[in-house]
Amino acid sequence: MTVKIVNLKLNGVDKAFMARPETTLLLGLREQLGMMGAKRGCAQGACGSCTVLLDGSPVVSCLVPAVTVDGSTVGTVEGLSDGQVLSDVQQAFLDGFATQCGFCTPGMIMSAEALLERNPDPTTEEVQEAISGNVCRCTGYEPIITAILDAAARRRGTTAATTPETDEGPPPTTAYESSEGMRADV
Amino acid sequence: MALLRGRGYASVNYPTGMNLGGDPSQALIHATTMGGFVVSLSSVDLGQGLKTIAAQCAAETLGMPMDNVIVDTADTDTGPHCMGTFASRGTHRVGNAVIMAAREAREVMLQVAAEELEVDADDLETDGSGFVRLKGSPETKIHVQDIALAAHFKQGRTISGRGIFLKERSYPVPETGEMDPDSAQAHACTVAEVEVDDETGIVTVLSLHNAYEIGRALNPAMVTQQVEGGAWMGVSHAVFEATEPYYPSSRAHGPVDFCEYLMPGPAETPVQTSVILERPASNGPFGAKGIGEMTANAPIPAVANAIFDACGVRITVMPFTPESILRGLDELRDAEPSA
Amino acid sequence: MAKINEIDTEFFADERSSSFTVIGTPAQRSDALGHVTGKTEFFEDRAFPDLAHVKIHRSVHHHARIDSVDCSEALKVPGVLRVITHHDVPANWYLVLRLIGVEPHDEPVLAEDRVLYVGEPIVAVVADTEAAAIEGASRVKVSYTELPAVLDVEEALSPDAPVIKKDGTNYFVYEGHHARRIRFGDVEEGFAQADHVFEWRYSSAPIEHAPTETTGCIVVPQSGNRLLIHSNTQAAFFTLDNTALILDRPFTDLQVKGGTVGGGFGGKVDVIVEPLACIAATLTNRPVKFVYSREEEMQVSSPRAAERIYIKDGVMADGRIVARKVMLYVDSGAYSRHTPYGTTKAAAHLPGPYTIPNVHADCHCVYTNRTPSSAMRGFGVTIADFAIESQMDRIARALDIDPLELRLRNAYRDGDMKAHRKVASGTALIEVIQRAAALVGHDLPPEYLAMSSSTPREA
Repeated sequence: MTVKIVNLKLNGVDKAFMARPETTLLLGLREQLGMMGAKRGCAQGACGSCTVLLDGSPVVSCLVPAVTVDGSTVGTVEGLSDGQVLSDVQQAFLDGFATQCGFCTPGMIMSAEALLERNPDPTTEEVQEAISGNVCRCTGYEPIITAILDAAARRRGTTAATTPETDEGPPPTTAYESSEGMRADV
Repeated sequence: MALLRGRGYASVNYPTGMNLGGDPSQALIHATTMGGFVVSLSSVDLGQGLKTIAAQCAAETLGMPMDNVIVDTADTDTGPHCMGTFASRGTHRVGNAVIMAAREAREVMLQVAAEELEVDADDLETDGSGFVRLKGSPETKIHVQDIALAAHFKQGRTISGRGIFLKERSYPVPETGEMDPDSAQAHACTVAEVEVDDETGIVTVLSLHNAYEIGRALNPAMVTQQVEGGAWMGVSHAVFEATEPYYPSSRAHGPVDFCEYLMPGPAETPVQTSVILERPASNGPFGAKGIGEMTANAPIPAVANAIFDACGVRITVMPFTPESILRGLDELRDAEPSA
Repeated sequence: MAKINEIDTEFFADERSSSFTVIGTPAQRSDALGHVTGKTEFFEDRAFPDLAHVKIHRSVHHHARIDSVDCSEALKVPGVLRVITHHDVPANWYLVLRLIGVEPHDEPVLAEDRVLYVGEPIVAVVADTEAAAIEGASRVKVSYTELPAVLDVEEALSPDAPVIKKDGTNYFVYEGHHARRIRFGDVEEGFAQADHVFEWRYSSAPIEHAPTETTGCIVVPQSGNRLLIHSNTQAAFFTLDNTALILDRPFTDLQVKGGTVGGGFGGKVDVIVEPLACIAATLTNRPVKFVYSREEEMQVSSPRAAERIYIKDGVMADGRIVARKVMLYVDSGAYSRHTPYGTTKAAAHLPGPYTIPNVHADCHCVYTNRTPSSAMRGFGVTIADFAIESQMDRIARALDIDPLELRLRNAYRDGDMKAHRKVASGTALIEVIQRAAALVGHDLPPEYLAMSSSTPREA
């Protein structure tokens, strides 16, 4: 079996790992490089939990043969924050209570980052489209959509949206900002 | 061919916990040298936020900021027993166990503080910011860090506590079903609005208006997460989900991935408006009842009833597939007297 | 900007007064920072250089006798370390509810001479890589003699149905009864006095939990022969105790670490992966991972039980329900798992949140030749609520009564005796109906707005 060395720029740092023909980018990241942010939810390309940015575009890394990414740039959730300041998307997910079990969150955030890179001012429909390949079983998606719209507003430096634009129904009775911000894991 | 709108109602109750096998959970708590409080559990957080709730219950009871609380779970070598996370029991059982443990730890903390301040422990109170102070004389105070250091290195005491919640086992009477299986009942009423496409049979759930009675909202943001995520699952159950599409006659064609096992996607979520009522449970932690399971339940019949309201088809089999709607519409047409 | 639902403090104002510092605040989730940075550690988020993998060879028949099992080709696959059959499982027959004294132990960890459903595990293959384990599992050869299968709950209970269970009945036996019973008042008398009798049937198909993280564990041999189990179980000690019993080893040999789970919804309460992973780790003296593929999660892991429910109601012209008879059939699939418990939970839930003086229920836990069902969010209640609340809607329409008024008229209140003979307390059905009606502008007459759960009903 041919083993190849795969070179890539991972979150801005040059990395290399050994890959067999059947090694996926997801397993390369997790098992060879120890980057556990991308999750294996289905290994069928249908849940989006393993979404990473490959040369800036979101891909389901469970379907990408590792040997094909030699020389590429790869971005994962671990690269979004320096440990002090979160990205706008991360902060918006945090403030918006857009996570429950957290398993879909890294993939969801990477899909959102990719969207905001190519479209800084997305509509609700464009956000829904961008995360339509990411399965969440806990939240009902609404807080995630709201958080991504909020992140877009933050990036543009404008006031954050409180609810997604919608034609249906009244706005929530109460909506106010959580003031807790970042907190160490307890 | 038309898009038909309808409204449906459902009201439900749901038990907190289920003690047909006995239903205990335990918590241990101890202070570190610098005044942190470690809550040791073996309870599991499935994403509903049990770790956060345990920290809130500990902080409230200790009178300390949440930042001082560390929740350590679930390692069976270090955490005491928990029955598990199911039956809408986590917040209720674990919350109660944490409160009991924190009360015991708080008592020791106040005794240590009293000795340092040379006052009576009964005259002390916490201010919620990390200080223990003399009631009516707030300048006489000591920080929890100094209390913990004194306990460890001067007084030789452990600031610690033990907690357990147990609802004893109920054995159903075989002849009558008499039993006492739960600790409280939470409540929900859902009004669903749907749109039925009478050409495709597709049901779109437009909105859910919900009232929930949950005892006490320990964390209103997490309550919102739980009820709205749960209601989404109810809608998903109603109109999409089955591992056996031809149940019970055939086991074939079972979905094996998320392309075949359908759930409402980000663009298919109903608008939700929810109001929370609180009728504190006498046995709940600060009155809380369990709501993890209940919120998926009322939307299902509410959607079924809204479908009938929209198009006159009474759906009695879950899920409410386009095929079943179309067959129902055909039956209605066949039953119409011919013109 | 978190969305936070309004708390309506007008209701139960005299019962809810109190002052809290932390409770009642939207404190940030303690796990959220880990979630958004990818630092939250799920069971699978740890790498071991010598990790071995377990995959399963499964039954292809609904019901069959196993004539022979040949693992020789599996063992020839490069990387395959071991095959595990029922001979390697110290206490092969189990029931997770044995911890609370429920019997019989009706399920084998690995099939012996019979399989009762498509997907039933027969042989576990341990290999250096996941691919080798999959290949090895596919090379196991099992020869079968097919047996007649039962796939319908009511057919399973008919006298001429083949008995598929070794314990002699196609239903769980509740202290000598074929069903969990509720007997309260006299339903026949109720039907006799009723102005109307309505009887309808409801049913559901099995439903998958579909957590984004599939069920799994990594077992790591420790010094002193202990096994460390990194698991996404919903119940750490429940898993530890059941695993120790299956392994026939001292409980202190095992340590379960978990607590951070990528969704459960009841699907991770079965103890399925840990025992085989422990056996594999012991036999190979290596860390072993056994995690369900998405396909296994959807088709082999326990679903929410399918149910069939017949409800017969005796109703007065003014909408008061005076008798309710329920025949419930819960499809347990091939084995018990948690379904006998869920069926009792269903019994306790009947007749729903309404005070009905005469109630009769037979709640059957029925075995069929399909994937065993087990716990799922609201089991015993979710499908019953679909049936009960559909029934209420139909009664309201049949009698031309407002659907919320019908519910309010029958709503249970503090002090009412439930059908399982527990006195109701802390009730609030009336209030959630009143509040939901207000939310959508559904006008209720003054006498319905004046109702209260804490006011005893008029005789």
